[in-house]
Amino acid sequence: MIKVSHLTKIYRIGSVETVALDDVSFTIKPGEFVAIMGPSGSGKSTLMHILGALDLPTSGEYILDGQKVQNLSDDELAEIRNKKIGFVFQSYNLLPRTTALKNVILPMVYADVPKTKREETAIKYLKLVGLSDRMYHTSNQLSGGQQQRVAIARALVMNPAILLADEPTGNIASVQAEEIMKIFKKLNQQGHTIVMITHEPDIAAWAKRTIHLKDGKIV
Amino acid sequence: MNFIELVKDCAATLTLNKMRTGLAVLGIIIGIGSVIALIALGQGSQKAVEQQIQSLGSNLLTISSRGGSSGPVQGSIGGGTSLTLADAEAIKTNKAITTIADVSPEYSGRRQVTAGRNNTNTQIIGVYPQYAVIHKLSLASGSFITQRDVDSMTKVAVLGPQAAEDLFGANVDPVGQTIRVQGQVLRVIGMSVSKGGGFGGSADDAVYAPFSAAQKQLFGVSHLTSISVETKSSEIMTRAQDEIGYFLLARHKLNDPEDADFVIMSQQDILSTVSQVTGTFTALLGGIAAISLLVGGIGIMNIMLVTVTERTREIGLRKALGAKKKIIIYQFLIEAVILTAAGGLIGMLLGISASYFLSKALSLPFTIAPTSIALAIGVSGAIGIIFGWYPARKASNLQPIEALRYE
Repeated sequence: MIKVSHLTKIYRIGSVETVALDDVSFTIKPGEFVAIMGPSGSGKSTLMHILGALDLPTSGEYILDGQKVQNLSDDELAEIRNKKIGFVFQSYNLLPRTTALKNVILPMVYADVPKTKREETAIKYLKLVGLSDRMYHTSNQLSGGQQQRVAIARALVMNPAILLADEPTGNIASVQAEEIMKIFKKLNQQGHTIVMITHEPDIAAWAKRTIHLKDGKIV
Repeated sequence: MNFIELVKDCAATLTLNKMRTGLAVLGIIIGIGSVIALIALGQGSQKAVEQQIQSLGSNLLTISSRGGSSGPVQGSIGGGTSLTLADAEAIKTNKAITTIADVSPEYSGRRQVTAGRNNTNTQIIGVYPQYAVIHKLSLASGSFITQRDVDSMTKVAVLGPQAAEDLFGANVDPVGQTIRVQGQVLRVIGMSVSKGGGFGGSADDAVYAPFSAAQKQLFGVSHLTSISVETKSSEIMTRAQDEIGYFLLARHKLNDPEDADFVIMSQQDILSTVSQVTGTFTALLGGIAAISLLVGGIGIMNIMLVTVTERTREIGLRKALGAKKKIIIYQFLIEAVILTAAGGLIGMLLGISASYFLSKALSLPFTIAPTSIALAIGVSGAIGIIFGWYPARKASNLQPIEALRYE
């Protein structure tokens, strides 16, 4: 259960203040499939980063499964990012010069998954996103779309309760985008909570609820 | 994630980023290697000087005449005409002087020497047979000047190896050949063993002739430049110095030691004069070593800091995927240790072999001080580890998204 109330994020660069999120409050119940839409600069990604425990809000509260995220220690946050939340970055963020397989294995290394299980699990999820023939390619040998699918496989590999995806189909051809959405839908049916950012209405249509953001506010 | 796995992971990261790893290791290699080689060279030169002085004989006193008003010791040694063969005879035969074993009167000066078409300007030393004993001169071939040669003013010469090479070429036995000095023809009867080159290798670049022939026919003088005295042991050097000093003062009818027209120097005196010089030299080399240590250190620091941007993103990503701070710091620390250890080992081997070949090429004794290795590895290692670890620690304190956005 995700509950945010009066969430505000202000970026300060020198003397310039940018309000990225302005008093945002909402609740996402377990098992929901939510799309977040809005023009660029509306604070979608900032919201997503806070939900993913990758960044802290300037003010307001984020309660994840009854825990106030601001009060957690660095290591507790790492634990949450590792086990509870799968995050698909808009810019993929793969380790450079490292194979797709190794990239997908990485979260399991930090979770102390037994070594013998890691590769097997990683291969399973790479197959799921349609990359079984690219497992041993390093990230710079993959196209944007392929890198995005590696990022999705990496977000899923720990079987997290919550999947947060920032434009997960932004660089993927529409046929494959539909494949990815089918995976998301299936995961959602299995009980996973899914929150994704998109600007394509037909992708947003896969979600059960849509939150619209504009200028850091919910509209 | 256990320790062995972490080390393996670090090794894998290092091999993936060959350029970065290579540059970092190179920085450490140069830092450590140059310091070791420079210090080794400095110590080798110092040792060469000390060995050379010791090879002159440890219980040797040199009495030199001192020219009138030209002040103390330097410049005037051998310049005067106050020492005579009679002085040497008197020192040798006087019963009051109990500390000496042998006396060698000498006259030396530079002259042009020719042999066939070759010629060289070298030190001509007029000697008695005792010279070879007192100065620990041994012969590579032929024989040394005998008392008979001195008595009958035979025109013979013994060459130092350098003089022989200059006159007859390398690896040629000059015995039986002739040389010309001051219009006189001398027959070569021997060649001495090298006492080592380097600083003031005058024993090698010299021509020894019978004292009488040198004094009268080559230089046309009646005085000596110096008298070498061998004492009975090295412990009584100071006593010998005093005995001979007061004896000669009395003989020269002088009352005040300040007015002495001669100087008595022991090897100890020469050693301390020279060690002042080598001390400066060592300080210079130490300075150069310190600078190269600094340069090497800055090299290491640079490559570590240059990769910070990329590595900060990597740290952000690893944290985003669930890596705890401790794991990240360990990872970077282990990477830095592996880099430093590899670079340190190669740098050490390279530094040692460089100093080996350099000392061979410069004919210096080969010495490696363990302290120089410890210093080089200590400083470069510390720099490598600190600058590998510190930026990582800083980055791991950022929120993952801040680290991912770092530019």
